[in-house]
Order: sequence, then structure tokens, then C-alpha cells
Amino acid sequence: MKKEYIMGNSAIALGALCSGVKLVAGYPGTPSTEIIETICKVPHKGVHLEWSVNEKAAMEVAAAGAYAGARTMVTMKQVGLNVASDPLMSLAYVGVRGGMVIVVADDPGPISSQTEQDTRRFASFCRIPVLDPSSPEEAFDMVKDAFVLSEKYHTPVILRPTTRVCHGYASISFDENYEAKDPSGFEKDSSKWVIFPKLSYNNHRLIEERLPVIAEDLSSYGYNRIIKDSKKSCKAVLASGISLAYVRECTSNLDLKVIGIASAFPLPKRFLLEALNGVDELICFEELSPFLEEELLKLCGEHQLKIRIKGKLTGDVPHSGELGVNKVQSILNKFLGRNDKSEGISFTEKIPDPPQRPPVLCAGCPHRGSFYAVKVATGRKKTYLCGDIGCYTLGNALPLDMVDTCLCMGAGITMAQGFNHLDKEAKSFAFIGDSTFFASGISGIVNAVYNEADITVCILDNATTAMTGHQPHPGTGFNLQGNYVDKIDIESVLKGIGVKKVMTVNPHDLKASVAAVKECMKVDGVKAIIFRAPCISIVKLKDKCRVMDKCSNCNICINKLGCPAMSLKNDKVVIDESLCVGCTLCAQLCPHKAIERIHHE
Amino acid sequence: MNKNILICGVGGQGTVLSSRILASAFMSEGHTVHSAETIGMAQRGGSVVSHVRVGDEVFSPLIPEGRADLILAFEPGEAAACLKYLTANGCVILNSHPIPPVTVSLKGCSYNEKAIFTFLSSQKIRHATVSSDELIKKFGSVKYFNILILGVASGMDVLGVSAQSIESQIEKLVKEKFVAINKEVFNAGYEIGLKNAAE
Repeated sequence: MKKEYIMGNSAIALGALCSGVKLVAGYPGTPSTEIIETICKVPHKGVHLEWSVNEKAAMEVAAAGAYAGARTMVTMKQVGLNVASDPLMSLAYVGVRGGMVIVVADDPGPISSQTEQDTRRFASFCRIPVLDPSSPEEAFDMVKDAFVLSEKYHTPVILRPTTRVCHGYASISFDENYEAKDPSGFEKDSSKWVIFPKLSYNNHRLIEERLPVIAEDLSSYGYNRIIKDSKKSCKAVLASGISLAYVRECTSNLDLKVIGIASAFPLPKRFLLEALNGVDELICFEELSPFLEEELLKLCGEHQLKIRIKGKLTGDVPHSGELGVNKVQSILNKFLGRNDKSEGISFTEKIPDPPQRPPVLCAGCPHRGSFYAVKVATGRKKTYLCGDIGCYTLGNALPLDMVDTCLCMGAGITMAQGFNHLDKEAKSFAFIGDSTFFASGISGIVNAVYNEADITVCILDNATTAMTGHQPHPGTGFNLQGNYVDKIDIESVLKGIGVKKVMTVNPHDLKASVAAVKECMKVDGVKAIIFRAPCISIVKLKDKCRVMDKCSNCNICINKLGCPAMSLKNDKVVIDESLCVGCTLCAQLCPHKAIERIHHE
Repeated sequence: MNKNILICGVGGQGTVLSSRILASAFMSEGHTVHSAETIGMAQRGGSVVSHVRVGDEVFSPLIPEGRADLILAFEPGEAAACLKYLTANGCVILNSHPIPPVTVSLKGCSYNEKAIFTFLSSQKIRHATVSSDELIKKFGSVKYFNILILGVASGMDVLGVSAQSIESQIEKLVKEKFVAINKEVFNAGYEIGLKNAAE
């Protein structure tokens, strides 16, 4: 056995490898990304591993593997599950032969997501079991349990960690002599694998018949457990996932019954009915939605249990945002009628306000030049600027202020069309990254061409998927294994689907970039500009920019670009050499030619 | 033993590596460690916070407010943002060099780092300041600040783990060609810490 101090996502990766996983696919999305990255880094002989173009593709690749009898896993974040929901719903009906685990990382807070949606709702919606780990150690164990459950009932199983489990660290012991299990092979049977209405009807019936059986099975599952019993108190706390960790830390010296639930769906009813014996008041701690709370209310109604259930629905636990030890402690104090005494220091003065530090485009980020070029070229014209999900969402920050909308991956392109159809006077722009272009941009551009929209699509091609940590995609020319593959050429794709004008420009060249935007604006129909320069985190640039003595401190550079390497020191413009990469955008902009590029060794 | 150490800074300063080194050092001495860090959008110049928690009664990956024994702050403003985590008699070690966010250069937002130092003194919070500017002068790069601050904390004897354990984790976790310089920086920090503790 080997013991290592690793991230929760790495624990999930190793759990899958130790279960003999044969195929793993996914699309990067915080907080799920490191699962696939870990598998790629550690020995994974015989495992097919891929970054798919999007979550739907990943789900379908993994489903086929599981049809063929292999253990397969697919990874994504909660919003990615929306993209994969089409195959997921059908897959729940068709089922699998080899074990299939769908890891969907939820993001309470949210810390880096568009929504606070709850994957347990999806599990109940599509009628497949979900396991909910409360620590990296449990996540490691539950991957293995999920494969076993999946094979036993021929259904995919969702593992749903949340950010604090995914990005928490713990020491994990595992057998490093793991091996990928070879699949038994696909057996043709169109009555089983081809989804026809008759099969759907039959399988829907079977699924509903099977759920109580799985619930009964999960009632004996070790992670559905009474963590702390109380002979005296009739009050209980029920929690799942990371909330259980917070509860455990607050309740060590409290006289309460503590119940941990690891399988929110299907609800382990027999276990709960036993655990609730003697309880007359219960508080439910869970992040995101009041899923367990509602299930408990149903259970109490069904069995005429007289238990007062408190939680989000009663206003005792907040609906949105993360919980934490402090929040749980204060809610518990109220629940128990205790005084809320705070810990730590009570300062006699107010702590000075820290400065706001919103995420920004990095110093030297090529996107800054792309946005600025469009800004200059459009001038005072009325515009609709439709953004997308990725680093370039940060183009919304002042002073650039170049993102009017951001909805979901790929929506920038189609939303620009919507604005254009209603307002022909204005210029509609869509900004999208290279990875997002392949994930869901192409179909939107096909729609624009077909429906005669007049939009300019700006593809900010930095040769990587930057926001999630530089994963490759079909345009980079290599795949997850590092193998060189044929690059899918964005220009050719655009031309192939009928884009009227396609231009490519270096966003670090301000003059050429502005000229390209102006030229595209003259053409009616769907135009595309590919702003191409690599992400500054993947190339090593040694140049720096320096402010010369002739600087008149007009501050135009700072006020127009918002580059984090530039600041005012004693009212003078200075460039922080540790951040500057010499992109020269500021130098090109300076009306006094007071910024020069110097070469650093 | 129970110990809560919070490390905070700005994306790109190396907070995550220092928390890994620290956690691994505790683990090598037989302790149970949990930690958590903020990653994702925070990389792009945003705030980064790592929580390192030692002890068998730890379940939450996050340090509750009012329970941090030690705060290692790579930037004074970030120290202010995390002071609510400090426990009574807790210690703060912070970089005296501020990194003003873009919002400050654009004049929409104010930032007075001196207020933070004044506050620490007026509230009689045990603290030590380390300058990353001096590090640049001595070692030519600000990149090693994460190791310097570990050295200072170690010299002040507030970490709860031995300097040897940290050094052996530096050997394991830092890229081979940077091990020697990092150990040198760690020892320089250790000396600063010793001096600070004596004062």
C-alpha cells in the first residue's frame, strides 16, 4: 500500500484506477478538472483517456465503453451536466453492462460557476443513484462503491463531490499495483441497446420497480450511518456531503444524534426510519437545494412520523451559498436554544478594509488587445458585445468593459444573433475562445449563416483552454496523452460552414487588429476574426516594457487597458517587471511614445 | 496536537506550493492533515487562500473563523481580509510589500496598507513583517517568497513542525534545479525568524 497526500479530485482518480477503470472521458470544468489530469499523470496503462469536445460527447463515449462491458467514468462540473443531459436521460433507461460512474462536481458558493444547481436533483430526475462524499477519503472509497452498485443494477451511478471535497487535501492509502480491467465485449442485441418507445416503456417500469430495491440495499451501506447517538436528547442533526464534515466538527461536545447520509437518491428509507426512532425534532444541513429535507418530509408523511423537520424550507438554514463550521455552529446554537458565543479575538477597532481584488485578465494576456481593438474600431457606434465562458469573460472588468452578456458555453454566438435580428442599426459581436468554439461554438455559427444574421464572431484563440488550467483541444494539434494529432483548422471550419469573411490577426498588433475589425464591419453577414496569440502562461516571454523619463503621466495606458502590471507610484506610472511580459500594447497606445520594450535574459 | 494555519496571497505568489510543503511536513511527522485551497478564477490575480489543518478531530477542510493559530500573508491587504480567522494569541507573519489591485490604479478604490500595520500593533497582535523587496535584492527574484515566509515562521517557532521536516519536503516537492536556492532562502528566512523571536 502506498500513502499519499493528495487532492480530493486525485483521490477520485486513484479510486477509479484501483477499480480497474478502462475508459475515462470529460470536459474540463472547475472543480472537476484535476480528476482526468491526475489519471494522465500517474501510470494508467491500458486506460483510454480523453478530453472530449464537450460533456455530451464525453458521456456518449463512456456509455459505449460501458455497453461493451468495460468500467468507464465521465467527469464534468454541474453546468456541464446540462450539456450532457440529453444522453444521460436516455442512458438511464437503456442502462449499462460494465460499471459506469458519472462524476459531477457541484460548486456551492458558487466559487467559479454560473449556477448553484444541485446534481442530486438531476439524479432524481433521471432516476439513477447518487453518492455524496463528505471528504477526499470518502470520495476515494465511494468511486469503488459506485462501480459495484452500477454493475449490480446495470445503471450508471453519479458521484457528486462538491468544491471543498474536490479541492480539499487528505492522505490516501491505495494499492499502487492497480490494473485496467479488460471489457467482456459488446453483445449485439437491438432489443436492449436501441432505444425504441417499447423499450422505454418497459424500462421505465423496471427502473421504478428497482429503485426501492436499491434503496433497501443502500440502507445497509456503511456511509449511511449514525455518527453519534444520544440517549437523552430527542433532537437530531442530519447532514450529507461536506455539510456533514462541518456538523461533525461542531457536535463533538453536544448531546445530539448525528445522522450522515451518503446516498441522497434513492433515499435509504429503512436506515432512516431506524435512525429517526425517538427523534422529535431534526435539523437538516445540506448545501445547494433542500433535497434531503424534502425527502425527509415525504418520508415522515408516508410513515406518519411526528418529527419537526427544520432546514432551508423553514428558513433556519440559508438557501444559497456555502455552509461552514461557523454558520453550522450558529444555526445549531439556535436549534438548541444556546447562546451564540463567538470564538477568536474581539478586536477593539474595526479591521481595515482589504482592497477588492477581482480576477482580471493577466498582464500581457492577448485577449486584452482583442477587446481593445474592437473597442477602438467600433468607437461610438452602438454595439452588442456577447461574451462567453472562459478567461475572456474577464473582458467585462473596467476599464475594458467589453462584455454585455454571458449566459453559458457557446451562447455568445447565438445571443449576438438575437440582438442583431431585433436591432439592425447596431453592430453585434460575439467573443468566444478556441476550446469553446469546438465545444459548442460551431453549431451556433452554422445557425447564424443559415438564418442570415449579421454578426462578427471574434475567436480569441490562445491555443489552449486557459481558465481551467491549459488543457489541449482539437485546435492545439495534440491530445491529452501529448500525442501529436492533426490540428483542426478554425479558418477552414469557418469557411466550410459558409462564413462570409474570415480574417486572422495578432492581437498584440493593435493597428492591424483595429484594421481587421473595421474591414469586417463593412461586410454584411457572418464574419469572423481569429485573434491568435498564445496564452502568456504557456509561452515564456522574456521581454519587459519600461516607462521612460519623457512620460507625461497622462495615465492613458492605465485608464484604457487595466493591465495589472501597471500602477501609479507617487503619481508616476510604473510597470511591475515581475508581471510584465512585454506585450507592448501599452507602448502602442502611448500618445507620447514614452514606453519602450527591453529584452531581458 | 491541533493546529490551524492559514496561508493567503494573490494568484501566482506560490501560496499553494507552500501549503503543500507545510502539510507534507506535518504528515511526515505522523500527524493527520487536511487542507483546502481556492483555485479556479482566483488564479487571474484574485485572492488565494489555503487552509492547513492538523489533528484527528478535524473534519472540515476550512478553518473556522477565530481558530487560526497562524496566518502567513503574502500581501498585507490579504492579511486584513483574513484576520477574522485568527484565534486569541494567534500570530500573523506578513509581507510588507503591497500588491495594489487594478481597481486601485483605476482610482475607483482605495488601498492603505499602512492602516493594516497600525491595526496589528494597536490590537497587540503578535506579528512579524518580512519584505519581499529585500528578497529580490538578495536572491534576484520574488518567486521564493513562499519559502522565505516558511523559514521566518520556522525560525519564530510558531509552525509546530520541525525545520528539518520542512527542508526534506522542499527536497521532495520543489523542482530539482531549484532545491538548493530554495533551501538557502529557507535558511535566510529562518535567521530572520530567530531574530524576530528574540526581539
